[in-house]
Amino acid sequence: MNVMDPRVTSAILYLDGVHVSFDGFHAINNLSLALEPGEMRAIIGPNGAGKTTMMDIITGKTKPDEGVVLFDGSTDLTRLDETRIAELGIGRKFQKPTVFESQTIEDNLLLALNVDHSVKGTLFWRGSKDESERIDRVLETIRLKDVRRKMAGSLSHGQKQWLEIGMLLAQDPKLLLVDEPVAGMTDVETHQTAELLKEINKEKTVMVVEHDMTFVRELGVKVTCLHEGTVLAEGSIDDVSSNERVIEVYLGR
Amino acid sequence: MQHILTRSLDRAATTFILVVAGLGILISLSNILLPAGSFFQVPTYLVALFGKYVCYAILALSIDLIWGYCGILSLGHGAFFALGGYAMGMYLMRQIGSRGVYGNPILPDFMVFLNYPKLPWYWHGFDMFWFAALMVLLVPGLLAFCFGWLAFRSRVTGVYLSIITQAMTYALLLAFFRNDFGFGGNNGLTDFKDILGFNVQADGTRVALFLLSCFSLILAFLICRAVVTSKLGKLLIAIRDAESRTRFLGYRVESYKLFVFTLSACMAGVAGALYVPQVGIINPSEFAPGNSIEAVIWVAVGGRGTLTGAALGAVVVNYAKTYFTSGPLAPYWLFMLGALFILVTLLLPKGIVGTFNAWWEPWKAQRISDADESAAREDGIEPKPNPAE
Ligand SMILES: Nc1ncnc2c1ncn2[C@@H]1O[C@H](COP(=O)(O)OP(=O)(O)OP(=O)(O)O)[C@@H](O)[C@H]1O
Ligand SMILES: [Mg+2]
Repeated sequence: MNVMDPRVTSAILYLDGVHVSFDGFHAINNLSLALEPGEMRAIIGPNGAGKTTMMDIITGKTKPDEGVVLFDGSTDLTRLDETRIAELGIGRKFQKPTVFESQTIEDNLLLALNVDHSVKGTLFWRGSKDESERIDRVLETIRLKDVRRKMAGSLSHGQKQWLEIGMLLAQDPKLLLVDEPVAGMTDVETHQTAELLKEINKEKTVMVVEHDMTFVRELGVKVTCLHEGTVLAEGSIDDVSSNERVIEVYLGR
Repeated sequence: MQHILTRSLDRAATTFILVVAGLGILISLSNILLPAGSFFQVPTYLVALFGKYVCYAILALSIDLIWGYCGILSLGHGAFFALGGYAMGMYLMRQIGSRGVYGNPILPDFMVFLNYPKLPWYWHGFDMFWFAALMVLLVPGLLAFCFGWLAFRSRVTGVYLSIITQAMTYALLLAFFRNDFGFGGNNGLTDFKDILGFNVQADGTRVALFLLSCFSLILAFLICRAVVTSKLGKLLIAIRDAESRTRFLGYRVESYKLFVFTLSACMAGVAGALYVPQVGIINPSEFAPGNSIEAVIWVAVGGRGTLTGAALGAVVVNYAKTYFTSGPLAPYWLFMLGALFILVTLLLPKGIVGTFNAWWEPWKAQRISDADESAAREDGIEPKPNPAE
């Protein structure tokens, strides 16, 4: 399928019947899920449920053995590589915050900006007013303006999470996949992160994986619970958290 | 152009260029102007030796560009150096003309000796300097491009990449050893007479070659600086530190690696081409895997990811090599080199220049932030005085 094909679904992200196994271990099993444009979705589930693996599939890091993964209703993501998928407008924050530690915070954001990414373009790049304003705005949003010239490696775990969210903002994707954004954050920071994601969601589609139920509750969005690589329950936070199976495999522990 | 220069030339870079240029000119002048045998006169054999070091320094820069900044540890860069050297050697062979032992106006001596009926097709054109000079860049560049295209596209990294670069230089070593490969086999190319009409043995030519090497070192350094201080340079470091992250930001990592790897191979080729007329011979031993490893050690000793350190490391280690291998300690040189590498890895993991920077930079950063503050005060954004005071 290419971009010219008519949309087969209104969903911005559409997974159907996806399977992945690693050496015979079925990490993802008949997974089906759809995100509507502009939606924010929280994904919960026990350790090893396949949440991160699902993001790996969407971003092209892992190729599914079977199944359909469509972006914008028509682009088959299983046939594209990470770079191409990022160019299409899917951004990702990793479970373990991954920033460029030996470079400054502003350089991390500069590298994330969605500008010309060709070899020639970066070699002969000259900063523009527009770019530095965008970086300033992001720095403001993630509250790291005062330390912009510090090395990213010197940040605390929580600040690195924020920097990585900032890199997502600079990347300006249509769909954001955010894996465990509040791990290592204080309650105040967790609250601020929830506010920030809600703010981002005004313009963009967001998928958040998180174990922190207070945080998920605060987001106040539709929740999907994964278990053993498949959807166990889906609905409002109250529906999902009162689901017997969910309590059994996840919340009850 | 202007902004690339200002960006590339920080204080350390300017100092480096001035030192290379200064030493180059001083050594040349002392050789030419002072009477032979006087205390301050640098004898011609030393000028040629220094010229050799400078070529090694260019090779070290080329390795640092890919290893220090992009994390590509090539253990086969000696191959690109040697290929550049062979291209120059072929030109020098063709310049001998009928002055060879067998007096054949077209065929080099070894071809007459091995009963070659005519000049192999790939030797055509090497009688012209411009063509040879082009090949000095093109042959290593093209090999690096093809090799890199295959390796980087298949995402071969780390130790695996290092091993296949070793295999590459080893394969070339075996090929160049063969008499029927057409490059003089075991003996390689030697007995050169002229370069651009000047006698390669003459003092003046040697000084000129040395100066040209210094100039090339400065040029190579400037190119490396321009690359590493660009946004592409920041991206190379990002690839070195977190390669897959850059892919998820939408960068095509293999294109970037291919670009620096090819650029680096061309630089290594130029280093080899300058080396050959100064040492008077090129033979297959230049492809020996050990040579490439040695070159990586120079960079580690000087400090990877610093450029100046790479050049310094090449000169320091090779000076030590010359010193020790010409004395009674000669048989132990390889052990000493190994020990040096282990010591540097354990005690000075950042190398000479890296360690110096680690000690110097916090101090410099302090000065910069002080300067920032005073600049901010001049802009009138001084914090409001506390009314309680
Ligand atoms: N590349 C891989 N090779 C082999 N097994 C893998 C690989 N990636 C993931 N797995 C396995 O797949 C399962 C799902 O892992 P995944 O990281 O997606 O879980 P998760 O839901 O993100 O868990 P957590 O909440 O701990 O982050 C785990 O059992 C994991 O060990
Ligand atoms: Mg996970």
